Amino acid sequence: MTDAKRILINDVTLRDGMHALSHQFELDDMLAIARALDEAGVGIIEVSHGDGLGGNTITYGFSKHTEEEYIRGVAGVLQHAKLDALLLPGIGTIEDLDRAVDWGISVVRIATHCTEADIAQQHIEHAKQRGLETVGFLMMSHMLRPAALAEQALLMASYGADCVYVVDSAGALLTHEAAERVDALRQALRCEVGYHAHNNLGLGVANSVAAVERGADRIDASLAGLGAGAGNAQLEVFAAVAARMGIETGCDLYALMDAADTLVRPMLARHGRAVQIDGNSLALGYAGVYSSFLHHARRAAERFGVDVRDILVELGKRNMVGGQEDMIIDVAVELSRKKE
Amino acid sequence: MSGAAKIGCAIIGSGNIGTDLMVKILRHSELLELTMLVGIDTASDGLARARRLDVAVTDRGIDGLTEDLDVLNRTDIVFDATSAKAHLAHAPVLEALGKTVIDLTPAAVGPFVVPAVNLREHLDAPNVNLITCGGQATIPVMHAISRVTPVRYGEMISSIASKSAGPGTRQNIDEFTQTTARGLERIGGAARGKAVIILNPADPPLIMRNTVYAFADDADTPALLESIHAMVDAIRAYVPGYRLKTEPIFDSLKSTPVSIPGYGTFDGLKVTVLLEVEGAAHYLPAYAGNLDIMTAAAKRTGEMFAESLLEKRATAGGSAHD
Repeated sequence: MTDAKRILINDVTLRDGMHALSHQFELDDMLAIARALDEAGVGIIEVSHGDGLGGNTITYGFSKHTEEEYIRGVAGVLQHAKLDALLLPGIGTIEDLDRAVDWGISVVRIATHCTEADIAQQHIEHAKQRGLETVGFLMMSHMLRPAALAEQALLMASYGADCVYVVDSAGALLTHEAAERVDALRQALRCEVGYHAHNNLGLGVANSVAAVERGADRIDASLAGLGAGAGNAQLEVFAAVAARMGIETGCDLYALMDAADTLVRPMLARHGRAVQIDGNSLALGYAGVYSSFLHHARRAAERFGVDVRDILVELGKRNMVGGQEDMIIDVAVELSRKKE
Repeated sequence: MSGAAKIGCAIIGSGNIGTDLMVKILRHSELLELTMLVGIDTASDGLARARRLDVAVTDRGIDGLTEDLDVLNRTDIVFDATSAKAHLAHAPVLEALGKTVIDLTPAAVGPFVVPAVNLREHLDAPNVNLITCGGQATIPVMHAISRVTPVRYGEMISSIASKSAGPGTRQNIDEFTQTTARGLERIGGAARGKAVIILNPADPPLIMRNTVYAFADDADTPALLESIHAMVDAIRAYVPGYRLKTEPIFDSLKSTPVSIPGYGTFDGLKVTVLLEVEGAAHYLPAYAGNLDIMTAAAKRTGEMFAESLLEKRATAGGSAHD
């Protein structure tokens, strides 16, 4: 058989992209982008607060609209794609998950720090009982060696996950490191394997290609790269590269290009935001820091009169993990005290 | 027995929490006399340690306590450091025996208590619940804010070392966030509460950190500062490793109001309080401030009940068991 390899694209424009807008996504923009993604042939579309269900907090920032408005809204416009939500145990709860099911999701992705898979057992098992397609999401995967990461992935699979992701939340993995991790999961697991990139070192698409070459079944990507830090693997770029490699994504390349250029980029400009590799987002990848810290660190740097990069590098030294956004203030206050 | 009158107490649960509580009571309590450590695993480190310290033990669970009439009669207070599920079975048995129960599990059979805030209101309750470790660390601070100015929305985020999170916490992490959020509302006084917990696997392990945020009505910041400092001092009286990481931070939201979708817009005062809890390293390592604050709050709660019982006995003119 010479069937072309087929990859499932899980779009994260509307979820990871929330970080890029400090969660101020307008509902109209979200629906227009969701329609375009659906028509372009994307397999799964993720909608949630950037930090997942229940992420509306002072710590992570409040979204413009309620979770219900976003999720019900997008559920109402999709014709082909499945709708998923992200949930981080410790932030969101099973009650939040059940509400999202009522609003129309059919897939859920349960995310933990890469060493803490066992806190997802309750949520993964519950999701499977509710009949959801359930995905495990091992964040900050650069902090764990491939064999140990595969052990954590096996735990998620044992709870019933249909797919487990290597998640490079800090955009810190080098290409061979990404490949080794996907390889380790591929060897260990019978379920599907996915890869989620951040582009902080400019390797978002390259690492996603390496992941596919090592057997990844799913790739996360976003239009114009909209996402935390320097963004995710850029969807239209990945789709073009995949097409050149003879890999089937099911996506219409021109439709993705148009959505990125006519919907996402003008929206970013309206918000006065850019998703790019500048000194600050580069510092995330360089220091191995959770990409969502970027805009919080920028604000703390302003509030306490210190350099954003100093905050980020110090957070990296302290081994801070995803969700510890409150430690940004802690570090900023300490740095400003040292300056005095 | 000689010396000052003490009240007998037993601990059910010979895991980390029960054993640390045992060490605290043996070393430092002038009011509590430990009558028994109750476990179910005869090989557990906690029971072995108790035997070395000449504490009576049983490995037959609660039956080992209730069937030992000598121990039972000398026991007025029972700490339960097992699990929510086990506590639901223990609670009616202990209540029927007339014991005062201090529940360290998330079962929440009795009212939520924080020794520094509301325990005095519940000294006649047969069963009280200590909420969560993060709740013990943050609810009093929320209360310190809300007693000065109304809190429209209150939030806490707790970071604990992965090594200090036992299987009970890991298998039911929603219990932590939901119970703590309810405590922020009921005892902390926030109109709406939200709790977040993060496990950090760094090695060497990091000390427990908590951050309290509140959207409050505009208020006099010196009064808020005084209230928060007074509360921190009150907690430090029974948790010596509890401290402010830095002075509380106040930001006016007047020119930058914040909207919580589906709830409202707030233009008052944002209060940020950064807290650290270093454990006393009695049985558990110093980074496990999350466990230390639970056992320290349990010991303090037991002592307040003991004081109250001793007073009642003195006024009734009767004599204590010893």
